Amino acid sequence: MNKAIVTLENVEKRFGSNLVVRKMNMEIQEGEFLTLLGPSGCGKTTTLRMIAGFEDASSGTIQVQGERVEDKEPYQRDVNTVFQNYSLFPHMTVFDNVAYGLTIKKVPKEEIAQRVTEMLALVQLSGYEKRKPDALSGGQKQRVAIARALINRPKVLLLDEPLGALDLKLRKQMQIELKRLQRKLAITFVYVTHDQEEALTMSDRIAVMNGGVIEQLADPRTIYDYPKTRFVAGFIGESNIFDGTVTAVEGNLLRVETPAGLLTTQGEGFQVGEAMHVSIRPEYLEVSKTPVEGFGLPASVKDFTYMGTVVKTALDMRDGTETKFSRFDQDEQLQEGDSVHVFWRPEKSVAIKAAAARGAEA
Amino acid sequence: MKALTKTQRRKKVLGVLSTLYSVLIYTVLYIPVVVMMIFSFNDQRYNYYWNGFTTQWYGKLFSNDALIGSLWYSLVIAVLATVISVVIGTLGALGLKRFEFRGKKLINNMLYVPIIVPEIVLAVALLIIFMNLGLALGMGSILIGHCTFCIPYAVVTIKGRISGDGDSLEEASMDLGANRMQTFWRVTLPSIMPGVMSAAFLSFTLSIDDVVMSNLLAGAKNSTLPVLILSMNKTGITPDVNALTTIMILVIVAGLVLSNLVQGKLHKRAPN
Amino acid sequence: MKTRGDGSSRRDVRRRTLPALAQAGPVSVWMILFVTIPMLFILYISFMSRSVFGDVVYEFSLGSYQTLLDATYFKVILKSLQVAVFTTVLCLLLGYPFAYYIARKPPEVASRLIMLIMIPFWTNSLMRLNSWLLLFQTSGPINTFLQWSGLTDHPITFIYTDALVVLGMITNMLPFAVLPLYSTIEKLQKSLLEASSDLGATPVQTFFRVTLPLTFPGIFSAIILVFIPSLGIYTVSDVLGGGKVLYIGNIIKNQFGAIRNWPLGAALSVLLLLITGLLIFIYTRFAKLEDMEVV
Repeated sequence: MNKAIVTLENVEKRFGSNLVVRKMNMEIQEGEFLTLLGPSGCGKTTTLRMIAGFEDASSGTIQVQGERVEDKEPYQRDVNTVFQNYSLFPHMTVFDNVAYGLTIKKVPKEEIAQRVTEMLALVQLSGYEKRKPDALSGGQKQRVAIARALINRPKVLLLDEPLGALDLKLRKQMQIELKRLQRKLAITFVYVTHDQEEALTMSDRIAVMNGGVIEQLADPRTIYDYPKTRFVAGFIGESNIFDGTVTAVEGNLLRVETPAGLLTTQGEGFQVGEAMHVSIRPEYLEVSKTPVEGFGLPASVKDFTYMGTVVKTALDMRDGTETKFSRFDQDEQLQEGDSVHVFWRPEKSVAIKAAAARGAEA
Repeated sequence: MKALTKTQRRKKVLGVLSTLYSVLIYTVLYIPVVVMMIFSFNDQRYNYYWNGFTTQWYGKLFSNDALIGSLWYSLVIAVLATVISVVIGTLGALGLKRFEFRGKKLINNMLYVPIIVPEIVLAVALLIIFMNLGLALGMGSILIGHCTFCIPYAVVTIKGRISGDGDSLEEASMDLGANRMQTFWRVTLPSIMPGVMSAAFLSFTLSIDDVVMSNLLAGAKNSTLPVLILSMNKTGITPDVNALTTIMILVIVAGLVLSNLVQGKLHKRAPN
Repeated sequence: MKTRGDGSSRRDVRRRTLPALAQAGPVSVWMILFVTIPMLFILYISFMSRSVFGDVVYEFSLGSYQTLLDATYFKVILKSLQVAVFTTVLCLLLGYPFAYYIARKPPEVASRLIMLIMIPFWTNSLMRLNSWLLLFQTSGPINTFLQWSGLTDHPITFIYTDALVVLGMITNMLPFAVLPLYSTIEKLQKSLLEASSDLGATPVQTFFRVTLPLTFPGIFSAIILVFIPSLGIYTVSDVLGGGKVLYIGNIIKNQFGAIRNWPLGAALSVLLLLITGLLIFIYTRFAKLEDMEVV
């Protein structure tokens, strides 16, 4: 499985004076489900469009199956795209839409009919052949768009926020279906989304992008548990982030001074005096009525939010920032206005280098 | 600088070619206007060939009574036709958009008749009616003719600008205590003003340029400027007409630029 | 409007009936008086006969329509159709790439370019036609240039030819093709073209399979807006054809002028109406009249 099917080397894209993708290096493995995740304007769609061939890279090279593609038009590339707004041809029936790629390639009629039928069965749209796109629901249009792209048996399927226009329930359902389809066909999927939950559910690997740069490229577990940059820690899931300076290194334990107080975390390769960030998930955060060894984070309970089974508690810190923690139950017997001390098990927190974040914010 | 790839090169060549093509089309569209302007400086009574440069026609045209007379005649008709068409057209656009009544479909379809049918047919039809009713031809008949094709254009232009939420705006206005008249002047009319302005501009240009209708419906005494030009065509159009037309187009373009500056983006789509 | 039982109260009249009457009334009256009735009357006249003095005699007759089949008139009709078809095809062929070029520009540039098309049309059309005449005169600039450059040794006769009439037609009609084409091409989603390319279609294949079918309503609007006026126009042939070449428009006009044969003029008008009606009927099969982009 460790064979790169798409390789981006030092790829940059400039629109006028605006650098939207900068020095991007990425290898997409054959058969994987890779997600480009990031806020709008982070360059994820532009990256996808460069792979598809709708945009030319301003510099750098893109290879598909070891072959450089700068000189290839979109119609010469073995990749297909599922568009954000589906982009079904309104003047053609479902059948003609799905058959389009094969018709262009002058595949014999009987074979086209057979493959379209198969493909529509695969996306559960048998019987819809004669409909026009206007007569389909959003979810059905989506399936047609997927079938239209997949029928060409592309090496790579590019999906640009394909579920963005669907309602929540349908989106969840389509997420599962898409994932199953990808497993079944063993085609490489490159998926663009700004929805981190979607990315975490579906992907084999996630490339978190910000400001035209890949902040971290790893599997969902790693991304969630070990964010490499301050941006990733803040963007994926909920995190409490403390900015501070290392005051002491004791083995792999780090003592950190922050505006909110002293804390302890775990990490390697840090120097005393180094600026850094500490990220801790709300579910790992703990509070105590009495001070805890290694921590000096006084706080007062601000309010509670009940979210079904989970209770979220907001705490006011010394420096005016807010810290959150969540529990399945409000077992701590806390009251609003209570003074508490925040702590955590150092191995549950993540120490993040400050330098790593700078590239993204520049 | 990086060398261009094959596809980029092809795109560039195509881009240059299509720009060249468009410049060519614009050139063909502008040649007649430029030639017309150049010949307004021709030192020759009859404009057949170039004889030398003079600006005399720009002075002399004002003493050509027939020319100035027909210009005034045209202007009066165009202003009246514009006012009538815009008033009827604005009301009509609102009425046809807001209300349902019997025969509405017929009226809607009828509006497209003057727009689509060859003008000569409409002109002839009106001529027959006027003659049968024993109406004297003259400014009145020309005015009716012009309004008959200006009103549909006005209705279509303004109807396109009436937004779907106009009703709720009017309801809001009346809810806030404005009566029907106040609502019309303070809410409805301002909201469709760009459309009304375009309609006025369109009506004016249609009327002042019209030949066919004016030619058939004109009385013996006066003729509009285009009809005068048509009649001069046999003997040759004199340079003072070129001079007058040059002044007119410059005034229109200057007015347009000015209103563009004043109205900014609101007026941008005025001509189409 | 009378108050009718419980259905329409006095308030109803004030709220609905009066505004409806005040707003839609004038336009309806105008259209019926000056469009519907004249059109019906011209149909009626076309079936009447003509006295030797040129007056309309109110007796039913198919004479005018029979006259249309006479060789002289029939030839004029055919010739008019021919010139109109020629003008329309050329306007489409020239106008489509032009409209495409404009539609692919950013909106604020495109609206400027559209404006640039309109400006020449605020110059009197007869004066513009006359310019072509001046340019193509036997002793005019074009002939002078051709002789000077040695391409020809004697002046070429351009004026009063069909070719010059068609040139005049095209320069007068082109915007009516470009505007509707522009607005449909502009509405065409770029992503559909990308989708086609993504699925393996070359630009040429994309054009014929996606762009052309999706811009067909604009093409048909352009056909109507160019073909029908071209069929009835007589000023172009008056100026550039020197009145020597006659078209339907000239013939109609003449029946109401010197020749005085109203029924024949009416019959020719009805013929133009029929052709118009037929095209509009076809158009409304696949598009709405409101979407024709006439302005």
